[in-house]
Amino acid sequence: MNRTLRARRQILSLVIMGLSMAATLFGLGFLALILGTLLFKGLAGLKLSVFTQMTPPPGAKGGLLNAIAGSLVMTTGGVFLGTPIGMLAGIYMAEYGRGTRLTMIVRFINDILLSAPSIIIGLFVYEIYVAEVGHFSGIAGIIALAIMVVPVVVRTTEDMLLLVPGTLKEAAAAMGLPRSIFIRRIGMKAARAGLITGVLLAVARVSGETAPLLFTALSNQFWNWNINEPIANLPMVIFQFALSPYKDWQQLAWTGALLITCAVLALSITARILGAQGTRK
Amino acid sequence: MTVEPALAQKVTIRDLKFFYGDTQALKSISLPLYEHKVTAFIGPSGCGKSTLLRVLNRMYDLYPRQRAEGQVLLDGNDILAPNTDINLLRSRIGMVFQKPTPFPMSIYDNIAFGIKLYERLPKAELDQRVEAALRGAALWDEVKDKLQASGLSLSGGQQQRLCIARTVAIQPEVILLDEPASALDPISTAKIEELIDELSARYTIAIVTHNMQQAARVSDYTAFMYLGSLIEFDETSKLFTTPHEKQTQDYITGRFG
Repeated sequence: MNRTLRARRQILSLVIMGLSMAATLFGLGFLALILGTLLFKGLAGLKLSVFTQMTPPPGAKGGLLNAIAGSLVMTTGGVFLGTPIGMLAGIYMAEYGRGTRLTMIVRFINDILLSAPSIIIGLFVYEIYVAEVGHFSGIAGIIALAIMVVPVVVRTTEDMLLLVPGTLKEAAAAMGLPRSIFIRRIGMKAARAGLITGVLLAVARVSGETAPLLFTALSNQFWNWNINEPIANLPMVIFQFALSPYKDWQQLAWTGALLITCAVLALSITARILGAQGTRK
Repeated sequence: MTVEPALAQKVTIRDLKFFYGDTQALKSISLPLYEHKVTAFIGPSGCGKSTLLRVLNRMYDLYPRQRAEGQVLLDGNDILAPNTDINLLRSRIGMVFQKPTPFPMSIYDNIAFGIKLYERLPKAELDQRVEAALRGAALWDEVKDKLQASGLSLSGGQQQRLCIARTVAIQPEVILLDEPASALDPISTAKIEELIDELSARYTIAIVTHNMQQAARVSDYTAFMYLGSLIEFDETSKLFTTPHEKQTQDYITGRFG
């Protein structure tokens, strides 16, 4: 090869690689900065009392117990409400309606919903539920989170079922297996790791959402198991406390943010590991 | 064609045409599958032999743009008729594929699953049937101590025999084998071929194979297909030694395909 041509390509290669690395460092740098600040500020307030005491009035000692519990209740509720709907829709799209017009339309709308700003979902639930009932409540929060869970689960369910090898489907059909039994006993089993991954990703997605809860569950300074009333939750408490002028509240907000981040991180890593196991088989 | 008249025709294919959308893949095929005999289908890639096999259990029904015309009689009844109960048909005509396809469950359940679809059996009897099926597929001795292990943990050859056991367990009448040994090593292939020989005592077998030696070894009858047409059908010993058609002769002597 011509030597100048070769030299030119090498220089170009170096330049492009340099730019790529710079971009990577730029992105990772901010992530490291965010996580670093969060760890530094959050760990300072991480005490046992965070998990055992209620959110305090300004100036008093307290923790985040009611917010943690409320977040668990609403996230669990939202996932239990949204997952069956999402899975059934995903099963329809991958198995019964594969390639049909309806499936394509549903997939398109689902993708829009997937990237819809969460505050719009909050406003929507406010309009159809909160305004009708006349008060904020945990139920409204659960509905809003469920609406966010559905598109994630629809997407992963369809994708994962489409990955089930056609040969497996043919083998099942060749034994005279009705489609419904194939889906329940074999298809879902073959795609199990992926399906669980999808649900975990949905949990990770909704557990940090503030906007949909702002108009639905609101928050609550006190312990409350009644989902028909406003319920405290981590994102709202963080939002409220972080904006306050009180040092104690700000510290609790940092700690709460750290807790959510760690929970989401743990969920994402678990989802990754499960997903990797699923594809290896 | 020289065919002993005394042989019972388990399956009779009459004037069968098959279409993938607008493309015709089979051109007026007619031939019998004799009861308790092994019939091999040979021919170059794309000649329609797998397609033909997939008509016999109406596998093509899974795909919307595929259709068959003509008649395929199983014990005298046309299985292409629209009122055929396809799941029942597939319980009578089993199929084993090129790639082993164990279900994602234990070895035991891979077999028991199919049986339980059609029969309610007490546990002891179910155990017996599973064992019989695994013995029938010459797999029992290798797996009897790990029946609860995943079917996916077996080797390729073992997986394929598991699939054969699964098919046999439902007690079909006809077994279709679509290149069952082409993804296997020579030792596993030999085991599968032995197995086919044993199975032919109880089942009517149709096998598609790329391997002419294999066809010669395992089959009683051979059909040579080319470009969607049946060129020649005869007893295997005759087809391989004294073919009537020039194309058959060219193919089996390796001049094309």
